[in-house]
Amino acid sequence: MNTIDKERDDLETLLPWHAAGTLNRRDAERVEKALAGDRELLRRFNLAREELNETIHLNETLGAPSARAMEKLFAAIDAEPVRKPKVSFDLAGRLANFVASFSPRTLALAGAVGALAIVLQAGVITTGLIKHEAGTEVASKQNTVSQPDLASADVSDGTLAAIRFAPKAEAGQITAFLATNKASMIDGPLTGGMYTIRLPESGKAKEDHIKQMAQSTLVDLIAPKQ
Amino acid sequence: MQATADEVLIGRIASGDRLAMQVLFARHHVRVYRFVLRLVRDESTAEDLISEVFLDVWRQAGRFEGRSAVSTWLLAIARFKALSALRRRPDEELDDEKAAGIEDPSDSPEAALEKKDKSALIRKCLTGLSAEHREIIDLVYYHEKSVEEVALIVGIPANTVKTRMFYARKRLAELLKAEGIERGWP
Repeated sequence: MNTIDKERDDLETLLPWHAAGTLNRRDAERVEKALAGDRELLRRFNLAREELNETIHLNETLGAPSARAMEKLFAAIDAEPVRKPKVSFDLAGRLANFVASFSPRTLALAGAVGALAIVLQAGVITTGLIKHEAGTEVASKQNTVSQPDLASADVSDGTLAAIRFAPKAEAGQITAFLATNKASMIDGPLTGGMYTIRLPESGKAKEDHIKQMAQSTLVDLIAPKQ
Repeated sequence: MQATADEVLIGRIASGDRLAMQVLFARHHVRVYRFVLRLVRDESTAEDLISEVFLDVWRQAGRFEGRSAVSTWLLAIARFKALSALRRRPDEELDDEKAAGIEDPSDSPEAALEKKDKSALIRKCLTGLSAEHREIIDLVYYHEKSVEEVALIVGIPANTVKTRMFYARKRLAELLKAEGIERGWP
């Protein structure tokens, strides 16, 4: 049997399903294409349609079962042990049933509300991001501004000093020491364990204050810083 | 309003929903009955069998995995029940094709006229096919089952489904030829 004959036989076996409309799209297209150019195949297809028609007719004349079948079924169901509800939590199934219970109008409305909620949420997030960006930018600008300010303060007001604390000094003691002297930590630790602090005075008063601070056992080294 | 899908009904039946069972029964019982009746050829037996088929559905709904259409599942259960019933009463069964060949001595003139009607003759010959051939012809033409679905219901490979359908139609053509109708195929 050559390839063409085999293909034709294959198509011919599909004719009953094509007549019933139950072929998949690919096979249906193959059969349709063959029928368009093959009169004998078309004649055989019409035989299948004839069989289809008479099979339906024959089955439809068989009638329907009496009510007895249903009565017997439900009597048997009633005699079955009571079924316990399913314990499993079928979230997808419950959700599908819940959604399926809505009317098309309700579903459409719910969809619109959902879409609106998404748009609002997107707006809130975007606004938040813009504010955050702006805040960051301002803070960044402030930081960049503060450095020159610090540098200029370093030069202009003369209130800074460099200090190194004694190795035995503890954090709590240092904090109390700075508070007592109304000094604030500006920078550090720098090379050699040095810190930059700001004092409340400048000039001669600052020098005197530094001499006084140098007396503390907590201070290893302190010097004015311009 | 869209009808509840069979698969949803099966899910509800698995939870013990009696109303879902009534809907499924109303939707499918006639076709299942006709499929069974064509196999067992006895209305009372067919009615008993469809009750058993749907009782099985009630009991096994929780195990339905949805790999096939619910109607395919129903027909597969029905077929199993019908064949089991036939096996229980082998002596009562006439050989199908012998039964088809029995002459009706009471042919009235109307009946004789009907026999000349091609459609009626085709139906007569369809009735005269073996149970195996009747079954496949009904599944394909009346129950609208694809090759794969028939394979699932009958429990044979898809290629065997095609071959069996071919031989069923070939036998039908032979019976028609014996009735004086030459179809020129196969």
